[in-house]
Amino acid sequence: MVNAQILGGREGADMASSEPESIVSLRDLNVHYGSFLAVRDVNLEVPPRQITALIGPSGCGKSTVLRCVNRMNDLIPAAKVTGSIIYHGIDVNSRAVDPVEVRRRVGMVFQKPNPFPKSIYDNIAWGAKINGIKENRDDLVERCLRGAALWDEVKDKLKESGMALSGGQQQRLCIARTLAINPDVILMDEPCSALDPISTLKIEDLMRTLVEEYTIIIVTHNMQQAARVSDQTVFFSLDTNRTGVMVETGATRQMFTNPQDSRTEDYITGRFG
Amino acid sequence: MAIESGPFRDSSVDGFGAASGTLAGEGETRRLNARKRWGKAFEALSIVLIAIALGTLVVLFFDVLRRGLPWLDWQFLTSFDSRFAERAGIKAAIYGTVWMMIFTIIFSFPLGVATGIWLEEYAADNRLTRFIQINISNLAGVPSIIYGLLGLQIFVRFMELGRSVIAGSLTMALVVAPIIVIATQESIRAVPSGLREGSYALGATKWETVKHHVLPTAFPGILTGNILAASRAIGETAPLIMIGALTFVPFTPENLLDRFTVLPILIFNWTSKAQSDFHDLAAAGIVVLLAILLSLNAIAVLLRQHFRRKLRF
Repeated sequence: MVNAQILGGREGADMASSEPESIVSLRDLNVHYGSFLAVRDVNLEVPPRQITALIGPSGCGKSTVLRCVNRMNDLIPAAKVTGSIIYHGIDVNSRAVDPVEVRRRVGMVFQKPNPFPKSIYDNIAWGAKINGIKENRDDLVERCLRGAALWDEVKDKLKESGMALSGGQQQRLCIARTLAINPDVILMDEPCSALDPISTLKIEDLMRTLVEEYTIIIVTHNMQQAARVSDQTVFFSLDTNRTGVMVETGATRQMFTNPQDSRTEDYITGRFG
Repeated sequence: MAIESGPFRDSSVDGFGAASGTLAGEGETRRLNARKRWGKAFEALSIVLIAIALGTLVVLFFDVLRRGLPWLDWQFLTSFDSRFAERAGIKAAIYGTVWMMIFTIIFSFPLGVATGIWLEEYAADNRLTRFIQINISNLAGVPSIIYGLLGLQIFVRFMELGRSVIAGSLTMALVVAPIIVIATQESIRAVPSGLREGSYALGATKWETVKHHVLPTAFPGILTGNILAASRAIGETAPLIMIGALTFVPFTPENLLDRFTVLPILIFNWTSKAQSDFHDLAAAGIVVLLAILLSLNAIAVLLRQHFRRKLRF
């Protein structure tokens, strides 16, 4: 297993701190779409309160892997996920675990901002309401909007539609909405790809703040973004059958300065992908 | 433009028309004009076809108004049918239409909407579902007289409901149910997938997602489909003639098992009479039917706008 070798060969200080206390561990994860093997043999340890970035060329299965963690692939009838996803010691990929319980704890922010066609206030309060969170609604809305660095911009128009905000604000609203269900892991699927550079920077700053309390896994096409925000980077590539494989994982600085695998180096230096 | 060479230079043309203020040379301009002519030709054709369609409609409409309006008075609206044109009215047909529409709506809306929701949101993608789906699509295209035959056999004879309001409503519900199912499905399919994903990602169950996000977003479309289905039911004649709704009815229905008539049947009956006065009466009836139809459509538009606004897009 490529990954195991790399992990084994890199017994640095970061390994000692990250591996034994992973919050999410993917073990031998394989994803099929119908008969097509989309991703194979993913083994990944996600350390708590760090940002893990998944990078790689288009179609290499980064988003597919991300969507396994909160069981979003259950919504795609043809998708079949095998292997285990250990979260707080429980295999959340097992049939016995209701995906609703998983998603309640593992929040997700999508590529395209998708606020509900409701008021800003209701966008945030809704998730708390269905999950029976007792916190005073007004306090919760303010806490989450502050947490997503959006409060000052919207505090005077909480009754207005979430869809009326700018793209960057909508994305921060979606992050605030996720905070309202008190997750401990937040998945972000290319959260800045639809945003302008200034909004992107705001989201990146926000991620650095959020990571003090939450574990973040982000899929990004933007290598500068991965280099800027993440602590750990995971590189995916395609094998000859166009199946996604995990090539290399490591501390972000090490991945960008001294990649172990030539495919990682080619991708990072722009020779490929 | 003073570009003499470079990527913009087209070797097939005789130079830039600097004097005429155009980038293109003569040959290129000629070819561009030829390409534009196709666009113009298509536009002209479309306008002619629309003019024919709308022109026919306008002529028919004014003919109906011209013949019908002189007969359209309070007496016409409040009298029963009669052998004498000047005493004949549409009271029974209006009552019958209202009774039948109310019960058609009661029978068809919940059935059609629920089926649409089930097919889109709950049904697994298997052979049974696909079989049901294909059948519903085909049913929407079955001639309504076939439903009349079905209604005659099942509701009138087998269930012994007679040629009553309820038999007519049930038959008409069958006619419009597939239309409602399809309108519901299309409205639900138009709900952006990001909305569903956003809801599920917050730990919502399927029912919470459907109730709070899918249905409110699809609701204006579902409503429009339902009202259009109701408009179709109001104008349908064939299935009701088939089950034997009466043509001459000097009474209003008192309960569900009473016999009845509806506006289109009365109009049909009048047009088949020999006296020309009855033909003008039919025109007056058509004016009333059109007024009801247009009001229904107007209500559909208003309701749709109302619910769209509630949705804070």
